[in-house]
Amino acid sequence: MKKFYNRIAETALLPFLSVIMAFVISGLLIVFSDAAVLKVIGSPGKFIKVASSTFMNAYIALFQGAFFDPHLTQGHTLLQGFYPLSETIVTATPLILAGLSVSLAFQSGLFNIGAQGQFIFGAIGASYVGFHYTFSPVVHVTLALLAGIVLASLWGGFVGLLKARTGAHEVIVTIMMNYIAGFFILWILKTKSFLRPRRIDPLAPNIKPSAELPHLLGSTMRLHAGILIALLAAVFVWWLLNKTTIGFQFRAVGANASAAKTAGISVGVTTMLTMTIAGALAGLGGAVHVLGNQYALTSDIAGSFGFDAITVALLGRAKPRGTVMAALLFGALRTGGRTMEANTSTPLDIVLVIQALIVLFIASPALVRFIFRIKNLQSQGTLASKGWNG
Amino acid sequence: MSLELRGVTKTFGSLVANDNINLKVDDGEIHAILGENGAGKSTLMNIVYGLVQPDSGEFLVDGNPVTIHQPADALAVGIGMVHQHFMLIPVFSVLENIILGHEQSTKIGSLDSSAAREKILKLASEFGFHIDPDAIVENLSVGVQQRVEILKALMYDAKILILDEPTAVLTPQETDEFIEIMKKLRASGTAIIFISHKLREVKAVADKITVIRQGKVVAIADPKSTQEELASLMVGRPVNLTEKKTIHHDNAVVVKVSELNIADEVGRPLVSNINFEIHKGEILAIAGVQGNGQTELANAMVNLHKNVHGSILLDGQEIVGLSVNKSLHSGIAYVPESRELDGLIGKFSIAENLILDTHHEQPFAKGIFMSNKAVEEEAQKKVVEFDIRTQSIDAPVSSLSGGNKQKVVLARELSRPVRLVVACQPTRGLDVGAIEFVHKRILEEREAGRAVLLFSTELDEVMTLADRIAVMYKGEILSIVDASATREQIGLLMAGVKS
Repeated sequence: MKKFYNRIAETALLPFLSVIMAFVISGLLIVFSDAAVLKVIGSPGKFIKVASSTFMNAYIALFQGAFFDPHLTQGHTLLQGFYPLSETIVTATPLILAGLSVSLAFQSGLFNIGAQGQFIFGAIGASYVGFHYTFSPVVHVTLALLAGIVLASLWGGFVGLLKARTGAHEVIVTIMMNYIAGFFILWILKTKSFLRPRRIDPLAPNIKPSAELPHLLGSTMRLHAGILIALLAAVFVWWLLNKTTIGFQFRAVGANASAAKTAGISVGVTTMLTMTIAGALAGLGGAVHVLGNQYALTSDIAGSFGFDAITVALLGRAKPRGTVMAALLFGALRTGGRTMEANTSTPLDIVLVIQALIVLFIASPALVRFIFRIKNLQSQGTLASKGWNG
Repeated sequence: MSLELRGVTKTFGSLVANDNINLKVDDGEIHAILGENGAGKSTLMNIVYGLVQPDSGEFLVDGNPVTIHQPADALAVGIGMVHQHFMLIPVFSVLENIILGHEQSTKIGSLDSSAAREKILKLASEFGFHIDPDAIVENLSVGVQQRVEILKALMYDAKILILDEPTAVLTPQETDEFIEIMKKLRASGTAIIFISHKLREVKAVADKITVIRQGKVVAIADPKSTQEELASLMVGRPVNLTEKKTIHHDNAVVVKVSELNIADEVGRPLVSNINFEIHKGEILAIAGVQGNGQTELANAMVNLHKNVHGSILLDGQEIVGLSVNKSLHSGIAYVPESRELDGLIGKFSIAENLILDTHHEQPFAKGIFMSNKAVEEEAQKKVVEFDIRTQSIDAPVSSLSGGNKQKVVLARELSRPVRLVVACQPTRGLDVGAIEFVHKRILEEREAGRAVLLFSTELDEVMTLADRIAVMYKGEILSIVDASATREQIGLLMAGVKS
């Protein structure tokens, strides 16, 4: 048992400390950008009082907006108070899947910047099957998800093929393919088969009700079955990496491609397979986002999910469980940030500052080690620092 | 000038690197420090040179106590050091490298190197170095680069010269020349601390030998001691250095390599016209100075290299063009040159490293499902069989010592059905005990009737193990000689001289 705790402490300590520090520093920003605080900066006593209440109010609002808001229970059931939590999970769901995509690629030594593009293709596939065909509910959802997975895995697998065959670096290729995907969706939404009748702006028809992912807690909560799919996917990734020969090869190539090759593992095949599965995961994220939340495909369907996924994977140290936790944290920050902005004078942008600071600290373990005087904080800076030829 | 160390102790955490070491080096003496890797030689020398601070102990130069906190202090009292890995700037000239850090200016502020140039030429002629001060360092051979390093130390009046494994990078001929240089330096009154694990050289040149084991001075040995005696002192138990070779008479050819050519990506030849055969129970050693195409040839044996033309027949079957996996499984055990880079995955456990090649086969996997139990059982078995010293089979392989890492590689590679063993620099960086183990294991494979292709730059190793010796020079096999060939013959071939 002790060993277990040590292991948790070892792997979770750095992300935990990074999050704490990000909140503290952002808190200072909140305080010092607040007009009411700056007005009383001359008198220390008042300043501390106003500053601490600003600080607390902002983060209380963030918490209420992300998890539980007692005001919402008035005249309703206790469950309704958890409406923010439902929103957090809904936001986190696509992020979990996209994050798993990036994490899986990391484990195999690849930096998948392309989750954004793969997400878009997943959304396109799911949307088309969702609005164009009619099936019985379970079949329809399954087929729509599959369509998203297949399109996105082809999109991702192509990157693997290019790398295996020509050595083209996946970072550059995926960045470029994100642009292609972004413009492709703009174009396809204006084609006859996708454009909603009697509309000229890029908007696809709503998917048929039979293709919608069912809500889990009734119609007042937006929480849908996508979270179950995301959690299953996390279990799948863990299983794949740790219990199968394929995962063994992924990890071997990720940890030392040269030794893997010498032992007879085909690095090219592994690379293609990794990018295909990574694409499938991000695509599943896009599909779930359409079928459970958005219902209609828009050009901005992917938002910044694909890029936040990279942060989430880094924060989760490319481990499935960590990725889920990190995605939930980011979902909470986003949902809570909106309430914070509405209830206090703190802008939503502070959430971006928090996110950025988290990444900054995660990426510089030596700094965290120095600040907290920790000797044996496991250095995992290598995660993101693979060279161009890696 | 004489140097004396008294009671030098240095600990790193719980590891005692140097334990109360006393050492006395006299004027004009070549004092060899002999010890295995990790015995504490390098730490001791880094302390003398001011790179590492001791926990306790004192230095006396000519009987007077001195303090050395940094290399500049060492240089000031006349201690110079030539590191194993040269500290030269490749694109600078010899002169520029030597004056680096001691630049003199003329009155108008430009670099004045005329005095330095004169001194270099004077020293070079005194010791018989043929050195052009304006030659660019990267164009010089390793042996000459080493002389530049020595000159650098002598320029600033080093009276005690620390040479850290100086012969590791030299050909036999260069080594002989180097030994002459050491003798000349001694004659001129320079004291030399010579760090080495090569017994032959130590015996050839040292006046006194201090043997260090586990951080302690275990003996001051006489250079007249036999190699076995010295090795036993180093390891702390009797060592049998010369392995017994029994001659096998089996004419069945296992491997036949013919007209093998290897090119780089743009088609420039790296290795040309390689032809050889290896018989059952025979060790063919490929000798040569590092970088003459051995790595490429070794890689080609298991199809790790692209652009290979020609034929490699293993028991009559062509293997050129197979996948790496198929080559390995056709009966080749492959011990790569770099354990850390190509042999093992440092982050992976010992158990995982043992099945890198067979993880997808029964009993370790059924379909794509891996069986942890089978993997663990295999690891337990191999750890015992190959005497891999570890607390747990789940420990990352990077936590093992070099010798144990190599045992993991050997255990993995020899666990498949093997007809040919390709071993590249199998004992590089290993200590005496591990070298003994590896050699024994290679000889066992030979006894069992396998063909062995041994790549080694260590002439001693080649002479000890090989039945026949092929010498590579600039991508070609200059000649294949019998094991009875002399060191001189092989040394000449290594230098590219074909008689």
